[in-house]
Amino acid sequence: MLGDALLLQLGYNATLVTVGAALLGVAAGVAGTFLFLRKRALVGDAISHATLPGVGLAFVLMVALGGDGRWLPGLLLGAAVSAAIGLLCVQGLTRATRLGEDAAIGAVLSVFFGFGIVILTVVQTMTAGQQAGLEGFLLGSTAGMLRSDAILLAVSAAVVLALVLVLRRPLELAAFDPGYAEATGWSLGRIDLVMMGIVLVVTVVGLKVVGLILIVALLIVPAVTARFWTDRTGHVVIIAGAVGGVSGYVGAAISAVAPALPTGPIVVLVGFLLFLVSLLFSPGRGVLASLLMHHRYQRRVHMRQGLLALAQGQPIFEALTRRLMHRAGLILPDGVATQAGQAAASKALLDETRWSLVRADTSFAAAATRYDGLTPIEDVLTPDQLRDVDGRITAPKVV
Amino acid sequence: MGAEFVALSLTPILIGVCVSVACALPGNFLLLRRQALIGDAISHVVLPGIVVAFLLTGTVRTGPMLLGAAGAAVLAVIAIEAIRRLGRIESGAAMGVVFTAMFAGGVLLLERSDTSSVHLDVEHALYGNLESLIWLDATGWGSLIDATALAGLPVELPRMALALLVVGAFIALFWRPLALSTFDEGFARGLGLRTGPLGLALVVVSAIAAVAAFDAVGSIIVIAMFICPPAAARMMTNRLGHQVAWSMLFAALAAIIGYVLAGYGPLWIGASASVSAAGMIATVSGIILAVAAIAGPHRTRGS
Amino acid sequence: MSLQNIHLVTDEAVAQAEAERTASPLAVRNLTVSYGQTPAIFSVDLTVRAGAMTAIVGPNGAGKSTLLKAALDVIKPLAGTVTVFGEPLAAMRDRIAYVPQRASVDWDFPTRVIDVVLMGLYRQLGLLGRVRSKHRAAAMGALDRVGMTDFATRQIGQLSGGQQQRVFLARALAQDADVYVLDEPFAGVDAATERAIIAVLKDLRDTGRTVLAVHHDLATVPDYFDDVVLLNTQVIAAGPVDDVFTEDNLQAAYGGRLTTARVDPESVAG
Repeated sequence: MLGDALLLQLGYNATLVTVGAALLGVAAGVAGTFLFLRKRALVGDAISHATLPGVGLAFVLMVALGGDGRWLPGLLLGAAVSAAIGLLCVQGLTRATRLGEDAAIGAVLSVFFGFGIVILTVVQTMTAGQQAGLEGFLLGSTAGMLRSDAILLAVSAAVVLALVLVLRRPLELAAFDPGYAEATGWSLGRIDLVMMGIVLVVTVVGLKVVGLILIVALLIVPAVTARFWTDRTGHVVIIAGAVGGVSGYVGAAISAVAPALPTGPIVVLVGFLLFLVSLLFSPGRGVLASLLMHHRYQRRVHMRQGLLALAQGQPIFEALTRRLMHRAGLILPDGVATQAGQAAASKALLDETRWSLVRADTSFAAAATRYDGLTPIEDVLTPDQLRDVDGRITAPKVV
Repeated sequence: MGAEFVALSLTPILIGVCVSVACALPGNFLLLRRQALIGDAISHVVLPGIVVAFLLTGTVRTGPMLLGAAGAAVLAVIAIEAIRRLGRIESGAAMGVVFTAMFAGGVLLLERSDTSSVHLDVEHALYGNLESLIWLDATGWGSLIDATALAGLPVELPRMALALLVVGAFIALFWRPLALSTFDEGFARGLGLRTGPLGLALVVVSAIAAVAAFDAVGSIIVIAMFICPPAAARMMTNRLGHQVAWSMLFAALAAIIGYVLAGYGPLWIGASASVSAAGMIATVSGIILAVAAIAGPHRTRGS
Repeated sequence: MSLQNIHLVTDEAVAQAEAERTASPLAVRNLTVSYGQTPAIFSVDLTVRAGAMTAIVGPNGAGKSTLLKAALDVIKPLAGTVTVFGEPLAAMRDRIAYVPQRASVDWDFPTRVIDVVLMGLYRQLGLLGRVRSKHRAAAMGALDRVGMTDFATRQIGQLSGGQQQRVFLARALAQDADVYVLDEPFAGVDAATERAIIAVLKDLRDTGRTVLAVHHDLATVPDYFDDVVLLNTQVIAAGPVDDVFTEDNLQAAYGGRLTTARVDPESVAG
């Protein structure tokens, strides 16, 4: 059954929704990368929560005008308007008061959401027991979508994606090199406005799929996941788009075979799974790699310091250093150096002495920057340079 | 405004005030530490904590729930820190990843398990049911000194009062180290203060407030009260003690006015049914914040 | 000691260094701190002389602030030990006063000058101890020494950079410690404040206290300080200014970066 869903064999509507969710995921992943790189990831949370009063009021208004309150384009328009107002409130609070952006975001998202709940209870009394279906906007619900709604989703997701791709250049510029962007005539304020506009559109389109509580995850998780795999900015965008697309696609497909479950949490958890794998196993920044590297590094530092102490005839004070050196056969349990220990100690001392000469000499400035207390100097200097340095050791400067 | 008020409105209002003040108190320090959104994250992860506690114990007793929620909050904070440090990811983004994932997990667990026998669903988690916490045994103001009537108080009231007491005691006891480490963490550590555990304790206490409140009023008030009253209070004064006092006043005001508006407001304009009290309390706290942002004497930097 | 002359070390020298460390108000040994895989400081040995004013100088990124922070356990080192008068740091906190970099805190914090100074009395006051008139008097006395009594009830966000630095110093003075550790106390302050601060620090030294400060202005080192530590990830040289503050050592510490005449040749000994 899930196989069918993944292969788009579950009928026209489900296919539209799944493809739409994938396109939306790509758009959200790419747009979210810019948001993330501008360090404004959670602004998306304020925008999405601020949609709720708009959805509710649009419903009330459409019913008051004698129409069908559930007409999706109307609801989404309402969502967009109130999200824009919420965004303006965040910017207003940040600029006009001493509050930080985090406080402004939190205030706007909770107050707008609270007000939205008030409107929802009004809607409930209006529909008098009949389901208005607005709850689906909280956590996303793609089951039993109308044909027209499914088409709207797929088309608008495609449009958003096109928009993001068209506007990629200025957004990239603003995210990676704001100074250069300004110097070449782009207005940062205007680019930010465009970025927020795109985030707003992604949010509104995603409301029905992921829901307003969790849509922010679709903006953040792909970008953060991508960050674990590459430092190259262009690659972050591509990987984030891919992660977002896979999350949307797989999430919507699973949801199609489990119609009782809300779609949003499934989409988010698929993305989170990709994130978790990256967090643990990515080679550079992953948890396992980092722990391993830190552990090894700490040992190397202790060994080096222990050897230098040996060479200088000083006692070794730290238990960890003694233990490591004993285990390596460099010292006896009482702290006295073995033969191997003495050899290693003189080697370390020679290395350190050479380094201190290199670092003091401006003609070795390039090599000196590679000093980290551990790198053997032979890795940095040519044999000729080494001879030059050694020549100075025998005739030490008088300090 | 007599017997009916005491029976139907007094206890929800008192519970609302306790919730609001209990959240606003730690919120002051979260705000000043630029961790306002930790409150947001905590209130989201309370749900999975409670669901897991329910699945493990099969009951909705307070103890396991409190443990589950506090455990989830600590787990979330540790995960956020780990992601921030290891991935060198900005804390807002790290937070966004963690709390959305945990909330999503909580929702799915909840939907997949049989909770029909107990009062546990997503909508309830979001906006609670403050209006239902009425005091049926009350016959009037006299019931406040009537032992048998008092025994019929909704259990949420003493529970919430206790949570407020715990939060208040923590803030009072650790006032100095909290203020010191919030203002100047380096200096605090130089004095030998353990700022890491202290920060974690602040998060745990916030989680206690959030989970106690969660049962009665849902998470939306919790987020609003963590942020709005302290933020409004910051714009009223330049002294920490005064700020905390203002925030308690604003929190209590929001709870009272919000509840009254939700319960009676629609009647005044001719509608028949009331609206969500939790939503209205959050809305009123937002209005208070807006007024402070427009007219507060210390609303801008340097003022 | 610098590494050039280590092969001259004898047993007596080791024993003497040991005795100096035990007597020192602040001695660190083999201190290494790294952010990620690059050390900010590597295997630093430093023995501060009691009753002297010592400057830590070195190029940007040399690990000066890191050294102070790790020595006071504000950040966790990867390796190394710290002693205060021969005892572990934890037991001797009361004897050390730390003045962090002014820029490291949020000056928009809702508090007044006097409250900041009272923070210096935290270890006396404890969690719930009442602020009594003697505490208030101590705080006002500290403010008086830096010329800030008129600002006692001022909101800290309304102070100039120099005034903020004076308040930070007053907070440390209120601690009445034996060792004063300051991170860039003269960064971004006006000339009058610089004069006021150096006068207070010299006064501390003259009453038997020890002062250790990260300093960035090479030209004033000989005027202000008795001892100097040249740091660039490692200790390049350390000792009395007259012996250590030489052109050669500065070249060694700053490498190619000491190009402009930031050092007034007249002021450099040797």
